[in-house]
Amino acid sequence: MTILLLALRRLAASLPTLFVILAGLFLLLQLAPGDTVDALMAQMGGGDPATADELRRYYGLDLPAAAQLGRYLWRLVQLDLGQSAIYGKPVATVIAERLPVTLLLMGASLTLAFLGGTFLGVLAARRIGQWPDTLISTLGLMFYATPSFWFGLMGIVLFAIHLGWLPAGGFEEVGAGYTGLAHVLDVARHLVLPTLTLALVFLATYLRIMRASMLEVMSLDYVRTARAKGLGETGVIVRHALRNALLPMVTLVGLQAGTMLGGSVVVESVFALPGLGRLAYESVVQRDLNTLLGIVFVSALLVITVNFLVDLIYGRLDPRIAAGR
Amino acid sequence: MSDLLAIEHLSVRLPPGADRSHALSDVSLTLAANEILCVVGESGSGKSVLANTVMRLLPPGVRPDGGAVLFRGRDLVGASEAEMRRLRGAKIGMIFQEPMTALNPLRRAGDQIAETFRIHTKLGARAIRDKTLALLDEVRMPDPAAALRAYPHELSGGQRQRVMIAMALALEPALLIADEPTTALDVTTQGRILALIREIQARRGMGVLFITHDFGVVAEIADRVAVMQAGRLVEEGPAEAVLDRPQAPYTRALIGAVPPLLPRAPRPGTEAAPILTVAGVSKTYRKGGGLLAGLLPGRARVTHAVRDVSLSLPRGTTLGIVGESGSGKSTLARCIVRLLDPETGTIRLGDTDLASLSRRAMRAEARRVQMVFQDPFASLNPRRRAGELVAQGPMLHGVSRADAMAKARELFGLVGLDPAAMDRLPHEFSGGQRQRIGLARALALEPELLVADEPVSALDVSVQAQVLALLDRLRDRLGLSMLFITHDLRVAGQICDRIAVMKDGQVVEAGPTAEVFSAPQAAYTRALLDAVPGRAWIPGRPEMPVV
Repeated sequence: MTILLLALRRLAASLPTLFVILAGLFLLLQLAPGDTVDALMAQMGGGDPATADELRRYYGLDLPAAAQLGRYLWRLVQLDLGQSAIYGKPVATVIAERLPVTLLLMGASLTLAFLGGTFLGVLAARRIGQWPDTLISTLGLMFYATPSFWFGLMGIVLFAIHLGWLPAGGFEEVGAGYTGLAHVLDVARHLVLPTLTLALVFLATYLRIMRASMLEVMSLDYVRTARAKGLGETGVIVRHALRNALLPMVTLVGLQAGTMLGGSVVVESVFALPGLGRLAYESVVQRDLNTLLGIVFVSALLVITVNFLVDLIYGRLDPRIAAGR
Repeated sequence: MSDLLAIEHLSVRLPPGADRSHALSDVSLTLAANEILCVVGESGSGKSVLANTVMRLLPPGVRPDGGAVLFRGRDLVGASEAEMRRLRGAKIGMIFQEPMTALNPLRRAGDQIAETFRIHTKLGARAIRDKTLALLDEVRMPDPAAALRAYPHELSGGQRQRVMIAMALALEPALLIADEPTTALDVTTQGRILALIREIQARRGMGVLFITHDFGVVAEIADRVAVMQAGRLVEEGPAEAVLDRPQAPYTRALIGAVPPLLPRAPRPGTEAAPILTVAGVSKTYRKGGGLLAGLLPGRARVTHAVRDVSLSLPRGTTLGIVGESGSGKSTLARCIVRLLDPETGTIRLGDTDLASLSRRAMRAEARRVQMVFQDPFASLNPRRRAGELVAQGPMLHGVSRADAMAKARELFGLVGLDPAAMDRLPHEFSGGQRQRIGLARALALEPELLVADEPVSALDVSVQAQVLALLDRLRDRLGLSMLFITHDLRVAGQICDRIAVMKDGQVVEAGPTAEVFSAPQAAYTRALLDAVPGRAWIPGRPEMPVV
């Protein structure tokens, strides 16, 4: 009950932000030359201006920008994302087809980055100044400094083309008709490289934060208290330091949910994954305003949800937060 | 009787670049079972390093390079890490200074005590729970069952320290090391915790190595005393001998600096007209609420920090405001200098009511009331040079930079600092010197009223005595009136002409210091006076009768 109340409250607090984002994007696209109809006409191989005018009237593009925005928002209030002119389907359907791929990619990358970053960060902090720390820190810096598309391309060159271990792109083997476990394994094989590509940058961030946070926690009084009880080094880390050190990491996950969504645009393009990121890119190119606004709306909801979950987890991890709420 | 703990010619090396090469040099001490040995010293004397060496919990880079620590004849300096882990918590228990930070904030108190059992014994969950409850009962925790499930932030400082003690005592260790266990506690809580440690020690026949900087605590609890200075042992002996007939000059100086729990001799002119009259001042803090405050009544917590306080301070005198943490004394001080806005009441400085001034008008009046803060480390901007810090105030009030710096130079001399040090940064000064800078900063505006919020409680006792003497001298010389906030009755007796005792935001008793000390009216004042550690011991004046 309290959770539901909190969720509603959070959503209410994000409404103004959502409105500003949608209106801003709408106006920004008005500034760009060309519209949906131009893109449609180009696809059809050209046509006469009369048809174009008629199409514009059909899609409501002849109205002033303010009226268009007003109409869009009014439909949005009724939870109607509108029709996609390019795909000829409701936007909600188009997004629903693409969303699972992006969610899977983001979920897998986030998990990998979080677990890997935690583990490597703890390891580096325990061996500070020794070779494992130096190695991990150097690797982290490399991951952080290298653009992810380059990682993706090199991954394709090495593992897909050279070694032939993994597929070069796509979400599944088209036409193979796998079902059940075989299908799951097939998708997993296709997602290994994209997940790694997207995760490495975040892994590098998490590992640095975890290392710093662990170093700080290990110098605190209650860690000394734990040692004074006769607890061994592993026990001290697992039972006392880790949970405390994870707090800043959890905050970071919430903050980076949006960044990760942005990163997936690049990765989905490199690996030809039919996800939300690539849909967004295509919508911009084709001036498919309705789809683009729909994607932004759904992404914003996604980020709000992730942040809400992070807050809930934080409250579970840190009893002091729950008390203050 | 053989010694429980024998420290023999112990030296502990500091990493290169520290202010001295050894934290401890050639320290030899013994502790018998069923005995409390107090190790006393000022900050930097190496007393905490001594405690941590016995436990082998030294920070990285600090390690023993000579001597031995024999626990029941077994040398701990050379013992393996696995052997140390078996001893820690089981045979040697330890209590730390900071009850706020020494417990893991994310785990329940009961769980943290139970962990000691889980590490060292094979007891089942039920047996551990019962034993933990019994322990919490033994350390006199109010409502042990609730404390079992409480998180540290839900407990008070004293309760947290009880949890620490329960944890350290869980497996009935033969040796208990207590590193300043009561320093962070209020005086009445401190009294109860000291009594508890003494009682459990006697019941179980433990040896206790008790580290402290406070001679009052020593007088309260010690069987034997060891005095340390800069890593060396300067004196050691039975408690009465060291306290009443100190041999080493350093011990004599230290004990001489401890203010006796006696009121100062009344000074003439303390019945002058009041410069400051506080009438009916209240201040409340609100917490929680926010957006849902209206929807969910009862969520907002209101704390009445100061409730209807009235006080008056005669010109040229010092009024002490004494109270424990949470009594509202600091809030009151902040209201008087208008760092906080009181909700009701008047604060009359001369003819001006400070409480009713607008923020802008208060800025102009600010120079008449200045404040000295508690923490000499946190209250000076670390990036500013000492001279600038002092000159800043007058410059804000329109004095030219050259004049302000000249004034700062003069003030440095006045508070006993070398004017040549004006170009240095705060971290280059010691705690006592920083507090002098804070004082010079406050005096630079030539205030009529100086509000000092615990100005000496972060300082070592010898430095504390110097700063108190300086405050006294400056008050006479500059004709200052002073509001002196403190939790320490010894300090209050030393410097205050009048005392007001605060509890829960209210003044429970006010009067001349001598009267409050000799004939306290309020029950709370009596409790406070009774709780002062070592109240029966009058430092340096063993021939005087006990109050």
